[in-house]
Amino acid sequence: MKKYASRIYMCIIFGVLYIPILTVILFSFNAGESTAEFEGFSFYWYGELFRSPDAWVALRNTLILAVSSSLLATVIGTAAAEGIYKMRSRLIKTAVNSVTNIPMMNPDIVTGMSMMLFFAALVGILGIADYNDIGFLAMLISHTTFCLPYVILSVLPGINELGDTLSEAALDLGCTPVKAFFKVKLPNILPGVISGMVMAFTLSLDDFVISYFVGPSNFQTLPLLIYSMTKKTVKPDMYALSTIVIVAVFTLLIISNMRSAKKTATPKRKGARAK
Amino acid sequence: MRKRLFRMILVLTVALLSILALASCSEGGTEEGETPVYRDGDTVYLNVYNWGEYISDGGEGSLDTNREFEEYFNTYLSAKYGGVKVRVQYSTYPTNEDMYAKLKNGMVAYDIVIPSDYMIEKMIEEDMLYSFDVTSLENYKYITDIFRSPYYDPDNRYSVPYTYGMLGIIYNRTVVDESDLGSWELLWNEKYDGDILQFNNPRDASATAMYYLGIDVNSRNPEDWIRAIDKLKEQKSLLQGYVNDEIFNKMTTESAAIAPYFVGDFLTMVSEEENLDFFYPKEGVNYFVDAMCIPKASKNPEIAKEYINFMLTEEVAVANAEYIGYASPNSLVINSDEYREYMNTEYLAPTYDDEGNMITLGAYELLYDRKPEEVNAAYNALFPDKQSPACYRSYTPEIQILLNDLWEELKIYDSTETWIHVSSASIVAVVLGFAAYSIYIKKKRSKHYRKKKTK
Amino acid sequence: MKKKNSIMRSIAAAPHIFWAVLFIVLPLIIVVYYAFTDESGAFALENIASLPKYAPIFGLSIELSVIATAICLLIGYPLAYVISKAKPEHQKILVMLLMLPMWTNLLIRTYSIMAILDNGGIVSTLFFDKSLRLIGTKGIVIFGMVYDFLPYMVLPIYTCISKIDKRMWEAAADLGCNTFMTLWKVILPLSRSGIISGVTMVLVPSISTFYISQKLGGGTFELIGDTIERQFISGTLNTGAAISFVMMLLILLSLTVMNKFADPDDGGIIV
Repeated sequence: MKKYASRIYMCIIFGVLYIPILTVILFSFNAGESTAEFEGFSFYWYGELFRSPDAWVALRNTLILAVSSSLLATVIGTAAAEGIYKMRSRLIKTAVNSVTNIPMMNPDIVTGMSMMLFFAALVGILGIADYNDIGFLAMLISHTTFCLPYVILSVLPGINELGDTLSEAALDLGCTPVKAFFKVKLPNILPGVISGMVMAFTLSLDDFVISYFVGPSNFQTLPLLIYSMTKKTVKPDMYALSTIVIVAVFTLLIISNMRSAKKTATPKRKGARAK
Repeated sequence: MRKRLFRMILVLTVALLSILALASCSEGGTEEGETPVYRDGDTVYLNVYNWGEYISDGGEGSLDTNREFEEYFNTYLSAKYGGVKVRVQYSTYPTNEDMYAKLKNGMVAYDIVIPSDYMIEKMIEEDMLYSFDVTSLENYKYITDIFRSPYYDPDNRYSVPYTYGMLGIIYNRTVVDESDLGSWELLWNEKYDGDILQFNNPRDASATAMYYLGIDVNSRNPEDWIRAIDKLKEQKSLLQGYVNDEIFNKMTTESAAIAPYFVGDFLTMVSEEENLDFFYPKEGVNYFVDAMCIPKASKNPEIAKEYINFMLTEEVAVANAEYIGYASPNSLVINSDEYREYMNTEYLAPTYDDEGNMITLGAYELLYDRKPEEVNAAYNALFPDKQSPACYRSYTPEIQILLNDLWEELKIYDSTETWIHVSSASIVAVVLGFAAYSIYIKKKRSKHYRKKKTK
Repeated sequence: MKKKNSIMRSIAAAPHIFWAVLFIVLPLIIVVYYAFTDESGAFALENIASLPKYAPIFGLSIELSVIATAICLLIGYPLAYVISKAKPEHQKILVMLLMLPMWTNLLIRTYSIMAILDNGGIVSTLFFDKSLRLIGTKGIVIFGMVYDFLPYMVLPIYTCISKIDKRMWEAAADLGCNTFMTLWKVILPLSRSGIISGVTMVLVPSISTFYISQKLGGGTFELIGDTIERQFISGTLNTGAAISFVMMLLILLSLTVMNKFADPDDGGIIV
C-alpha cells in the first residue's frame, strides 16, 4: 500500500515535470503554425530552422563560447584547486573560497549587471568606440567567471582525497613539482576535472541571464535567440530549436552520467544552481 | 622574492585599472568619429539597429534586405569606397526609449537607427544625430509630400521616413459585442475583465487614457499626466497584462481579446487569426512616423547613406512594406499594383456587395484610406491652440521624469493580494517557530549534559 | 627560503586569484560605485534614497519566492525521501530523471508552461473553450517558480538523506520509534544541511527571476528582477546598480543567517 502511494506520488511529480518538455518536443513536429493545436506530424519547422541563417550562427557562437569558456575555466579552476589545497593559512583559504563562491551565490541578474557595468567601464577607459569589438571577449570572460566555482568545487574533493603522499613520492624520485603534478596528480583527479568541465560546458550552453546583460549585438547565442523568438509570434520553429538544445544537453548528461556510473564515484554533492 | 614582486605588480595593475575605470566612467561619451580611411579588401561592419520584425529578413520566402544590400554594395559601390566589403550587423530594440538608452550609453557605434518622430526630435535637440542634406539622396524624391519637412525635422537634415502608422483598437469579434465598439472606453469596459491588454510603455499607455479623457497627448501640464495615470490605475485590475511585442502571440492565439495597437500590426495578426478586427476610436487617434537616421557616433556615415538610399528603391521598399505591413511613405510603394494586390490577398481581403462596392476594407485601403492630413485636421479641431500634426512630441525633461515616476507607481499599484501576505507571513512564522524550538531543545540538551558532566 | 616556499606552494592559484579579483571583486566594486553616483559620475545618494519606492516590489518578490520555496520543500522533501528509499539501481535513473529538466533551458520550460496554461493555450483550448484565465495571476507565477526550481530542492535533500547511516533507522526502531517518529526525530534533523542548501538554491533564483514573472505574470506586477531588467534596458544604470546592490546584500545576509543553522562540518554552501 505504502509502496503504491509513493509510486503514484513519484509519477505525479515526474509527470508534471516532464509534460512541458514533452509538449515542446511534440509541437516541434507540428505541421501547422500553432503552438496550441496539433495539426499533424511533420519535419517542416526543422527544415525552416536549418534554412535560417540566424539559428546556425547562434549555434556556432554558442558552441565556440561553451568550448572556450569551459576549457579556460577548467585550466584555471584545476590549477586553483591545487593551489587552494596547498594553502597553509586558513584565513587566506577562506577568503579565496568565499570570493570564488560569489558568482554561485549571487543571483545571476546581479552577476550579469556587475559584468555589464564592468565592461561598460572598460569600454570607457580603453576608449573602445564599439562594444561589439570586445563583445566576444566580454562573453568569454563572463562565462568563464561563473563557471569557475563549479569547476573548483568538483576538482577540490579529488585533490583532498588524494592527499600529498603520491606527489611527495614523485618529488623524492626526482620529479619537478610541475612534472609531478602532470604525471602523478592529474591522472588521479581526472574524473573530477572532466565532470567539472562538462558542468562548465553545460552551464555556458544554457546561460541566458548573464549573456542577456553582457551580450553584444553581434554575438547571439542560442538562449538569446530563443528569448528573442518568444517575444513576438511564437511558431514551432522556436520549439524545434528548443528540442535540438534539449536533446543535445540530455545526450551530454547521459554520457557524463554513464561515465560516473562506470566509475561508481560518490554521488555529486549538489546539483548546479539555476542558470 | 621575485614572485612576490610579481604579485605586487599584479595588485597594482588591478588597482590602477579600477581607478582608471572609475575615473573614466564620469567622462562617458565617445570621440567624434572622423571619416575612416577605407582600404581594399577590408570589411566594414554596418551596425543597423531597428525595431523587432521591422525589415524584410528573408523569412518565409521574402527578400533578405540586408543581404541584398551587402551584395549590391559589394558589387557596385565597393569601388567607390576603396574596395571595402560591407557586412550588415543587424540588431533590434523593443521601444524608442530602449534604443535611446543604448545610444546614449555609447557602448555601440550604430550606423543606422529607426526612431519615431518624437524621439527624433529629442535626439536632434541633444545633438545625437548626424546631419546631412537628406534631399540629396538619389531616391529621396519618392517620399510623398506630406512626409517631407516634417515637424521634427523641418529642414530635412536628419531623417528619411521609413514607415508610418495609426493607432487604434484591435479586438476579437467572437468576444466583443458590436455595441461596445467605437470608443476608447472599450479598454475600460468591465465586461471584458481579463481580456484586455495594454501597452507596456508609459508613452503609449498614457496616450490611450489621454484620448479617452480628451487630454492632449503632448500636454505640458503635470496634472494631465497624473490624471492619465490615475485612469490607467483604474484599468489595471481589468488587464490581462502590459505587453509590447507579446501582443502578437496573445491576440493570435485568442488569449486576449482587446488591445490598443497599430493598424499595420493588426494586419499581421489578422492574417493569422481571422476573428480579429480593428477600429479607430471616435475620440481621436494619432499617427507616428518612423524614420531612418544616422547616429552621430556612426563610423561610416557615407556607407549608411548608401544603405538608406538602397532602402528607398522600389524592390526593397515594397518588400519591406509587404513584410512589415505598415503604411509606407514611399510613392513607389503606394502606387505599386503588385504591392496592393499582395496586401489584399496575403493580409486582408476586402469584401464586396453585389454591385461591386467595397463593404469591408482590404488591407491596402485600411492602411491608406485614412490620410495623415485628416488626422491632423481632427486633432487641430480638438485642440485649436496647437495647430501641429497629431504626432507625439518630445516631452520636457520635467514631464519625462514625472512620467517615469508615475509609471513605476502604476506598476507597483495594487500589485499584492491578501492571501500572499497571509501565507508568506505564516510560512515565516512557522520557520521562526521551528528555529526557536530547535535552539530551545539544543540549549536544554547541553544544559542536561553539562549537569551530567559536573555530577 | 621557507617563506618563498609557502608562496610557491600555492602559486597555482595565482591565475585564479588574479581572475577573481579582476572579474568578480572589481565588477562588484563598480556596482557599488554606480549605486552611489549619479549619471555624471558625481557622488550621489539619490539612487539609494529612491529605494524605499521599490519596497513593495522587494516585498512582493520576497513573499512570492518564500511561498514558492515552502511549496518546493513540502513537495520536494517527500520526493527526495521516496527516491532514497527506492532500489539503488532505480535511484540512479530517478536522479537522472530529476536532473534532465534541471538542465533544460529555463526559458524553454517557462515558455512551454505558458503555452500549455495560457488563456488560448493547449489546456484552455482543449478543456475550457479558451476561457481559462491563469496567466497574469500571482498563483501561476508561484507555480512557475515551483516547477522551474523543484529539482534544485530535491537533489541536495536526496544526497543528504541517502548519506544517512542505515543503522540509524534500526537504532530508532529499536528504541521504539515508529516510521513517522523516526522521520521527525532522526531523519529530518540529519538532513538539515540538505534542506538548507535546497532552500538556498530555490530561494535565490526565484527572488531574482524576471523571465518567469514577465511571461507568466503578464507584466501587471513587477518582481525585483523585472525592475532591475527595466533599469538595464532603459539605461538608468545607477538605479539598477543600487537595486542590485541591495538585493545582493539581502541575499548574502540571509544566506549567512541560514548557514548558521547548517551543520558546520558539512554546511551546505559556504558563504
